[in-house]
Amino acid sequence: MTGWIEIGALDDIPRLGSRVVRTPHGNIAVFRTESDEVFALDDRCPHKGGPLSQGIVHNKRVTCPLHNFVIELASGQAVAPDEGCTHTHPAKVENGVVWLSVRQAVPVS
Amino acid sequence: MLDKVTKQKLVVIGNGMAGIRTVEALLERAPDLYDITVFGSEPYGNYNRILLSPVLAGEKTVDDIMLNTVDWYEDNNITLRKGETITMIDRRTCEVVTEAGARVPYDRLLIATGSNPIMLPLPGKDLPGVIGFRDIYDVDRMIKASTDYRNAVVIGGGLLGLEAANGLMKRGMSVTVVHLLDTLMERQLDPVAGGLLRKSLEERGMVFKMPAQTQAILGEDRVTGVRFADGTELPADLVVMAVGIRPNFELAKKAGLYCERGIVVSDTMQTYDGRIYAVGECVQHRRQTYGLVAPLFDQAKVCANHLAMKGFATYDGSVTSTKLKVTGIDLFSAGDFAPGPDKEEIVLQDANRGVYKRIILKDKKIVGAVLYGDTIDGPWYFQHLRDGTDVSHMRERLVFGAANLGEGGVSGQSSVAAMSDETEICGCNGVCKGAIVKAITDKKLFTLDDVRAHTKASSSCGSCTGLVEQVLAFTLGGDYSAAPKVKPLCKCTDHSHDDVRRVIVEQNLKTIPAVMRFMEWKTLNGCHSCRPALNYYLLATWPGEYVDDQQSRFINERVHANIQKDGTYSVVPRMWGGVTTPSELRAIADVAEKFNIPTVKVTGGQRIDLLGVKKEDLPAVWADLNDAGMVSGHAYAKGLRTVKTCVGSEWCRFGTQDSTGLGIKIEKFMWGSWTPAKVKLGVSGCPRNCAEATCKDVGVVCVDSGYEIHFAGAAGLHIKGTEFLTKVETEDECLEVIVALTQLYREEGWYLERMYKWCDRVGLEQIRKRVVDNVENRKALFARFAYSQQFAQSDPWSERARSGVDRNEFAPLAELEIA
Repeated sequence: MTGWIEIGALDDIPRLGSRVVRTPHGNIAVFRTESDEVFALDDRCPHKGGPLSQGIVHNKRVTCPLHNFVIELASGQAVAPDEGCTHTHPAKVENGVVWLSVRQAVPVS
Repeated sequence: MLDKVTKQKLVVIGNGMAGIRTVEALLERAPDLYDITVFGSEPYGNYNRILLSPVLAGEKTVDDIMLNTVDWYEDNNITLRKGETITMIDRRTCEVVTEAGARVPYDRLLIATGSNPIMLPLPGKDLPGVIGFRDIYDVDRMIKASTDYRNAVVIGGGLLGLEAANGLMKRGMSVTVVHLLDTLMERQLDPVAGGLLRKSLEERGMVFKMPAQTQAILGEDRVTGVRFADGTELPADLVVMAVGIRPNFELAKKAGLYCERGIVVSDTMQTYDGRIYAVGECVQHRRQTYGLVAPLFDQAKVCANHLAMKGFATYDGSVTSTKLKVTGIDLFSAGDFAPGPDKEEIVLQDANRGVYKRIILKDKKIVGAVLYGDTIDGPWYFQHLRDGTDVSHMRERLVFGAANLGEGGVSGQSSVAAMSDETEICGCNGVCKGAIVKAITDKKLFTLDDVRAHTKASSSCGSCTGLVEQVLAFTLGGDYSAAPKVKPLCKCTDHSHDDVRRVIVEQNLKTIPAVMRFMEWKTLNGCHSCRPALNYYLLATWPGEYVDDQQSRFINERVHANIQKDGTYSVVPRMWGGVTTPSELRAIADVAEKFNIPTVKVTGGQRIDLLGVKKEDLPAVWADLNDAGMVSGHAYAKGLRTVKTCVGSEWCRFGTQDSTGLGIKIEKFMWGSWTPAKVKLGVSGCPRNCAEATCKDVGVVCVDSGYEIHFAGAAGLHIKGTEFLTKVETEDECLEVIVALTQLYREEGWYLERMYKWCDRVGLEQIRKRVVDNVENRKALFARFAYSQQFAQSDPWSERARSGVDRNEFAPLAELEIA
């Protein structure tokens, strides 16, 4: 089942920054834009697997710290002319709380 | 957002390279500002006119040279009215009128009508078989004539004429080139190079009649021959007039716009009517007209800036270069090469190799270059010409080119022409020559930035940039769009590094958003290139005031460790002057075992690197190292890295001074400072130079009578020995000079520009004057550095390990498990 999971306060993610959520399938990077939108992507660049959570966030994009691939936060697509795509996960903010939807996952008790 | 109804109307007259390049640049800057309509007389989309010669020669097809297909206009909501000619501009009602009488209103008008071939007013000039060489239609007629007829006469021994003659010859015609003067391409070549060119074309079968003045074109129903002033005649079935081009400004002139040899425009590409802009070959700017592609691209950018209502760019004219696009003949010319009393020449002539090079200097700068047979260094000379580089320090070897001056990169290779397609150009990203050439031709790329984006070549360390530019030049001919002289900081702005630094001070700007707002950044939050640059500029300009923006730091500087390919980090504690103690080594060993750190390695900077540390372990690793008295080595920083030393007079039997002690003193004073790019120092105790001080950013070589200070060396992408700055007698003076030098670099360097590049750009003498000769200025620089250090010298590791700074950075936000 896919359900919404509360993962933390919006204020715990820096503006134009990111935090990671650990899962048994690898990290998910949760990004916060300047206008407080959040996006969640697998923390792996489609190029060489770099941790996108460590990149510089600009507008609704992040630059991978390893080789400067630029990834669209909303779609996970690499910005042309680069090619590749990173898996995205639904994420939302409600009353300052960030929610994430990841298949079959539940919070660690 | 403007809706369709209120959008302004932009009408473009001319569907050529200048007009469409301007539209493209406008769309980048303000995609929704205008409803755009483009009129073009030719029944095609926009094509690359400079590649008509290869089409004529059968080396390319018309499809190969199309730049914008009809789909492109549709995709960008541009109305393309091809095959429609504008016959009148009604400035009173702000409308253009087509041949068929349709009236189209405009708010802004862009004239890009290009040029026409000059047709000499000779008897018989209107006979069938007499044509110019300007567009696809002309090329089609020439190709057709080459299958039906045998003898061609090309009038005009300039660039265009020779390319036409070469094309026709390749298509099997026997071709005679008629030229008024006794030197071919006299506007680009001197008599020697012109002679070499003639010889080599003659060897291919081209016939020349020069000097010769054409008097009449003969024939009744069709051209049959040409008669000259000396009475001689030549048979001809095809006559190509290629004596030059004339800016096409009839339309503008008829509309009452001020024209001389072209439509006169200001530095903002505006005509005398402020609503009407003009770009390309039809304009006259500062008394100059241009017939090449590179200037027109520069103009397009400026014009787009104003059409987008940004209103700050100005066009200052262009210096142009030419390369003959005749396969197998290497010819390059740039700048002004007419002899003059204040000019000097360096000439290399090797008749056997068929090589001729002539470099013209004035006031220690290159003002012109003519290369024949070996044009590999053409773009390199051209770059120096445009930058106005003082070349006196490399004068002895200048004529041998970039490779001989060690500017060809690590590989030292620079002969692009001789390379096979499999030769690797970009070692970082594994891009070979063939891939770059393919991208340039398939994707129709013009600039270095285009090539970087599409192939990744030259996008990492940049040492192959020169080679990539050469591949561009070779693939496109000399008309490729060279990187602009004043480079914008990044794609988010048109402003240069210098502009940004100046405006930050002048306007008292103290945050990144304030800079972006004031300087009209094109993107919302900038990008990974400009944000770290702005952060540094603000930090260096406003010490103690500016709050460092962590989100604008590259990850290494944000977490004070170096990210590795697997996402782990490496940790390098500081070892002052490369000196350590048993207890420090013990602590490092304990940390490595406690945290299962997989690799422990000695670095080139006399320190120890702990590799493979997990991010969440970093604060605990640092805490243990702090306990043993160690602090961050800033091995990740655009800042002071190491001060490498030899043992000096304390132990060494040759040591003249206490190099170790001096190194430690310098490091203790300067650690923690941020600089435009990394700074590595070295102090050697005697001229044997065991600390390799003379390939560092700053190096000290101790001698018996004092301290020699060197700087601007490099031993990475480029290998470069240092420049001698000055010699001082005491350690204190030595520290003062080094600190002042570094402060000047901090205040003037461009972000990521190493000290040796800065020195190249600014000039050694300029730097010496301000750091050595002007004592007062030196002391002021020193004081500014010292002031900023009180805010910089706080160990970032202990702040994070003990004071909880950035706690969130190192811990996950949440943990999930699978149900």
